[in-house]
Amino acid sequence: MASIWEYANPKKFIETSNRFLPWISGAAALSLVVGLVWGFFLTPDAERFGSTVKIIYLHVPSAMMAISAWFMMLVASLIWIIRRHHVSALAARAAAPVGAVMTVIGLITGAIWGQPMWGTWWAWDPRLTSFLILFLFYLGYMALWAAIEDDDTAADLTSILCLVGSVFALLSRYAVNFWNQGLHQGASLSLDKAENVADVFYFPLLVSIAGFVLLFVALVLLRTQTEIRARRMRALLARERMG
Amino acid sequence: MMPELGKYAVEVAASYLSSLALIGLLVVLSVRRWRKTRDALAAVEARRRGDG
Amino acid sequence: MIALTLRDIRLAMRAGGGFGLGLAFFLIVVVLVPFGVGPRADLLAAIAPGILWLGALLACLLSLDRIFALDWEDGSLDLIATSPLPLETVVSAKALAHWLTTGVPLILAAPVLGLLLNLAPGAYGALIVSLLIGTPALSVIGTFGAALTVGLKRGGLLLSLLVLPLYMPTLIFGADMVRRSAMGIEGTVPMLMLVGITCGAIALLPFASAAVLRVNLR
Repeated sequence: MASIWEYANPKKFIETSNRFLPWISGAAALSLVVGLVWGFFLTPDAERFGSTVKIIYLHVPSAMMAISAWFMMLVASLIWIIRRHHVSALAARAAAPVGAVMTVIGLITGAIWGQPMWGTWWAWDPRLTSFLILFLFYLGYMALWAAIEDDDTAADLTSILCLVGSVFALLSRYAVNFWNQGLHQGASLSLDKAENVADVFYFPLLVSIAGFVLLFVALVLLRTQTEIRARRMRALLARERMG
Repeated sequence: MMPELGKYAVEVAASYLSSLALIGLLVVLSVRRWRKTRDALAAVEARRRGDG
Repeated sequence: MIALTLRDIRLAMRAGGGFGLGLAFFLIVVVLVPFGVGPRADLLAAIAPGILWLGALLACLLSLDRIFALDWEDGSLDLIATSPLPLETVVSAKALAHWLTTGVPLILAAPVLGLLLNLAPGAYGALIVSLLIGTPALSVIGTFGAALTVGLKRGGLLLSLLVLPLYMPTLIFGADMVRRSAMGIEGTVPMLMLVGITCGAIALLPFASAAVLRVNLR
């Protein structure tokens, strides 16, 4: 059985991902359409939330992806630090903007959904605040990549930043919970619907989540290819310039 | 066919429109850049094969 | 290690070393706040803990690039890195120097500035203690950020973007400690969290900072 590390070879990665991309993209599009259409048109209103419950099909998946994306970047950064596979570092770089967009969608839908509850377009609810902080971590990470010219230096620095950032992101989560509610109370204004979601909402939600996951995978595969090619181009152009 | 969104119509519509717009933008930009680098790299490699 | 710390302190104290700038900035920020929010005494008293902490934090932030920049520019950083001193110790020494030259003056100035903001009388103790516990964390975390951006020209803004999110837990617990004291309620939990963060940062971040510095010095 071929080792997964074979795909650490950039060329092999591109070849293999090219085989899967059309299928993953198709599956992503299908799941998203089915999940969102089902959720939007074919589900009833909820008691507490009225028609705003329909926002759940966007809010929960995007929030889940926002966190998963960062976690994937963390793992990829560790793989870079330990095994020096360039594809890994580039995959982390590729995933960051996707994760950032997911965070923004989570924030926007979360804030909008909270409006009927809180009466304002923004509230410093612990969950929303934590996602806002996560967004800042994404921005910092992407900014550091962009600021450094040498590819390997950038990969090293950003991977260490991702590690340290992950620790502080977790720390901030607790700090924010404490700041808003006291350390041992859960976020009472939380809109987390993962628990106690009625079946009629649950299944379209699952499909939407699957859609978002597939979308993330497709985009990261695509963007990693782009990063690999861009890096190769930089190397070739540098060689050309040196004669 | 449009469900009765009632008094939250603006909120629900805003959520869906903004989320789908952001996703759409991300996909379009990613695909564009993917195409650009693929073509640019192919050009550079063709040049190398031509010279070297 | 002591020698390195003393050297950095001496450099900071010299003319052009930037000593006192952090303090002046702290003062200016505190003076600006009433102009921004209005002079109502009760309002100022309510936000005083946060403003004092924020001002101290920002003053720390502004002096971060000095930690490595001067040595980087004239090549001394390369020399220091090749010395028998482990890079982790070097980084800690510089963080210590930063705290002594920037953090400590802020701690001393804070009570005075608290007067300007109408800080509740009972909160002065908590103000000093929280800054005493928290500013070392700011220096150590800031040193990490400074190491990340040491090679970059105009790295200041990026440094802020990277460091400020890392400062948030310290700010939250520090300010909360002072706020609770001002309201007369118990403040041990935020204090313990603050102690934990500072100890963790001092123990672990130097390794990350040294790793980063090694990368940048390649």
